[in-house]
Amino acid sequence: MDAHRPIHELTAAFRRGETTPSAVTEAFLARIEKLDSKLGAYITVTRDHARAAAAAADARYRDGRPRSPLDGAPLAIKDVLCTRGITTTCGSRILEKFVPPYDATIVTRLAQAGAIMLGKANMDEFAMGSSTEHSAFYPTRNPWDLARVPGGSSGGPAAAVAGGLAAGGYGTDTGGSIRQPAAFCGLVGLKPTYGRISRYGLVAFASSLDHIGPFGLDVTDTALLLGVAAGHDPLDATSIDAPVPDYTADLARGVRGLRLGVPDEYFIEGMDPEIEAAVRAAIETLQSLGGTVERVSLPATPHALATYYVIGPAEASSNLARYDGVKYGLRVPGRDLIDMESRTRAAGFGAEVKRRIMLGTYVLSAGYYDAYYGQAQKVRTLVRRDFDAAFARVDLIVAPTTPNVAFRHGEKADPVQMYLNDVFTIPADMSGVPAVSVPCGFTKAGLPIGLQLIGKTLDEATVLRAAYAYEQATDWHRRRPDLQ
Amino acid sequence: MSYDVVIGLEVHAQLTTRTKMFCGCPATFGAPPNTQTCPICQGMPGTLPVINRRAVEYGVRTALAFSCRINPACRFARKHYYYPDMPKNFQISQYEEPLAEDGWLEVDVPTGGTRRIGIQRLHLEEDVGKLVHEGTLESAQASLVDYNRAGVPLMETVSRPEIRSPEEAAAYLRAFRAVLIYLGVNDGNMEEGSLRCDANVSLKPAGARELGTKVEIKNLNSFRNVQRALEFEVKRQAEALDRGERIVQETRLWDADHGYTRSMRSKEFAHDYRYFPEPDLVPLKLDAAFVERIAGELPELPRARRGRFTAEFGLPAYDAGILTQSRALADYYETAVRAFPQPKVVSNWVMSELLRVLPGDDERAIAETRLTPARLAGLLRLIEDGTISGKIAKTVFEKMVETGDEASAIVRREGLTQVADAGALEALVDAAIAGNQRAVEDFRGGKTAAAKAIVGHVMKASGGKANPAMVSRLVEQKLTKS
Repeated sequence: MDAHRPIHELTAAFRRGETTPSAVTEAFLARIEKLDSKLGAYITVTRDHARAAAAAADARYRDGRPRSPLDGAPLAIKDVLCTRGITTTCGSRILEKFVPPYDATIVTRLAQAGAIMLGKANMDEFAMGSSTEHSAFYPTRNPWDLARVPGGSSGGPAAAVAGGLAAGGYGTDTGGSIRQPAAFCGLVGLKPTYGRISRYGLVAFASSLDHIGPFGLDVTDTALLLGVAAGHDPLDATSIDAPVPDYTADLARGVRGLRLGVPDEYFIEGMDPEIEAAVRAAIETLQSLGGTVERVSLPATPHALATYYVIGPAEASSNLARYDGVKYGLRVPGRDLIDMESRTRAAGFGAEVKRRIMLGTYVLSAGYYDAYYGQAQKVRTLVRRDFDAAFARVDLIVAPTTPNVAFRHGEKADPVQMYLNDVFTIPADMSGVPAVSVPCGFTKAGLPIGLQLIGKTLDEATVLRAAYAYEQATDWHRRRPDLQ
Repeated sequence: MSYDVVIGLEVHAQLTTRTKMFCGCPATFGAPPNTQTCPICQGMPGTLPVINRRAVEYGVRTALAFSCRINPACRFARKHYYYPDMPKNFQISQYEEPLAEDGWLEVDVPTGGTRRIGIQRLHLEEDVGKLVHEGTLESAQASLVDYNRAGVPLMETVSRPEIRSPEEAAAYLRAFRAVLIYLGVNDGNMEEGSLRCDANVSLKPAGARELGTKVEIKNLNSFRNVQRALEFEVKRQAEALDRGERIVQETRLWDADHGYTRSMRSKEFAHDYRYFPEPDLVPLKLDAAFVERIAGELPELPRARRGRFTAEFGLPAYDAGILTQSRALADYYETAVRAFPQPKVVSNWVMSELLRVLPGDDERAIAETRLTPARLAGLLRLIEDGTISGKIAKTVFEKMVETGDEASAIVRREGLTQVADAGALEALVDAAIAGNQRAVEDFRGGKTAAAKAIVGHVMKASGGKANPAMVSRLVEQKLTKS
């Protein structure tokens, strides 16, 4: 089996009866068995669950009645999404044995669509990180170079899809956690509009910044994965009640006439020159396909990162307060209640999580709130206004996804160096606009580079359409790592 | 030294919505522990709150009754502190942008007359669960948590510091509770904790402008305790000030068993709640049409109804006050008066008999009683037309409570009809006169009161069924005649 066959090709083969969901699922499970000890992409492999779902999908294809374009598609699901009866760890010791009695809305939707969950994929603890080195269990490795990180925090699903250990996957993006690993692993990764995919059952890191989104081997798969997951959910008060279009319908319309904005602030001092060259070349390609290019300015960009490291930790310190050993998850006994809670949290959280809880607690404290959290909210408004102003002139913003390619394990020991990785991805999380990363080349060392396309609120269709046009004009997406 | 007392009350009222504030669990009291919970109100990872529309409606209804300004947009905020009865270790409440602000409540003051006490704000939040300790808090080897109450809608109403005495505080709370019960938003049950009160109290030298240091008192779970605790605290503070001490800003707990307040935590250990806007909820916008609809549906409030009862039915203020203590009781009374248009008679029966068997503020018990207003009116008609005596009527009333039957059916079944047949009565009177010669002699000797003793004997012999007016007449006739 070709382990890198996109979902739309797999399901076409299912319909033609050339292969079955069970056969494909078995092949993926075999590859996981063989390769995941090297890759560390999964925390929990849900073999029995996958086999049962695959058998049911087989029957539907036999009857000629598949449920959706994802029916029978074997997927990796980031372990931040709750799965009923299946351990959901969030990459943390504190939830190592947590078995939710409920499914996340997206998990319910995927099951209804007939998709097959191969397993729960690795991640930085509580989605805090950009390298998947901060998983409490083991790091995930980049299939292109096992000495390097896959990016993070959704490094698990990214590595699984890139390494041929799943046909597609879902991650979450709070500061770039889908787009950066997509760029590092040579995948398409989409962060939709805030509220487009329900967050119900997504273990919260920073509620106002958390987004769920897909990883695909190509743009078509990404559009299909988005279509099934998107839609209003009465269980999430922040979910948007707007119709979900068929995201594949307009993919082939091309970029002719689209106005593309290139922001000065996304080409910065110190960025990898190979990335700059690849992204500039990609912009030329889009131009040659009929897009018009103009410079735009997003002046608040340099402040977005600092602002993010106020708002994100503030919300995290609140969201993570519930892990106290009283109700579920880890409990370390203590002399009394406070001792038990302190010991539980000391043992259950890793260093990066503790750092952010402390940061967040500090910025929300009496006397500091206005100077930090209040100020950060103002800057966030400026970041939003930047996009509003730019989108009054252009249809899309084109930029690099990251300032550097996949780095080596342990290379970024300084937290601030690690945080700088997300400098180009954070603004779209802060403003809630949709953005995709598509492969746009490789460094001489053979590491993938990502091109970021940022669109208007709820305009995922245009983002995907431009990404598709670029993909069809290039063949970066056909290159796959050879993982044996 | 003489001091001015300054009191402000914070009242937490559980709203009588069917479901909880942010999830679909039932909000009812008394179910076995943790049977009315779900992942949302247990604060499980990944779950999200959704605002209960009915709770918002109840909040708006109350705010309108207190003449508050309803904010067209309000927000929920997270209030953080660690305590195991709170599943998320934060409470979803409202902080800078409450549902409503700036209203007032009219209160009868102990010195006579009424006063308007300002209401600073009214906001919605979720209740917390309950800890159950094995044994006492100090000796317990384990504590258990019941999350049934966690997430029940709570409405917090904060008065301005305009209450001037402990008695006035109790009066405020009484008036407050009556309004809530009228609005049908709270059951008024302080014992079960569906209505809870905290007080802020400070003293200042009489006439001084600047407020003194305030002390917060918690655990005031009845009108009596509100008054007692505040009386204690006013005395404690006055004595401390007289000794030249400074009042410490702190939270004190009222110990009802021992009748004193004791320090819980001082200012330096005060919580830093780290409020910030709840990111899982969008701002709550209340459009004018929604508020107008609720305003249009507001019932007549206790004070207005009380006024109408004295004006329309000519009732004494005392009667009107009791009859309007709950909406159900006032409705009961009005229905009964329509069926038996003698307002004072109906009032007497409701106050002395009905309220003996039913608590006047128990909306449900009154609304659902088998002794309906129509049946009470039926009973009163039997007295009026002489079928039964007032005394027998009380027995019939008891039986109505027991069986739920109509008065006439009971009277018929039990043969309680008054004996008004002159022939039958004459025989009884003759027998009584014959058997009480001493009374007869007394009467003839000029002690006219002695006739009453004979009447009493006749009544007794008839089992209370004899028509008392007829018996008196007969006895008098016979005694003067012979």
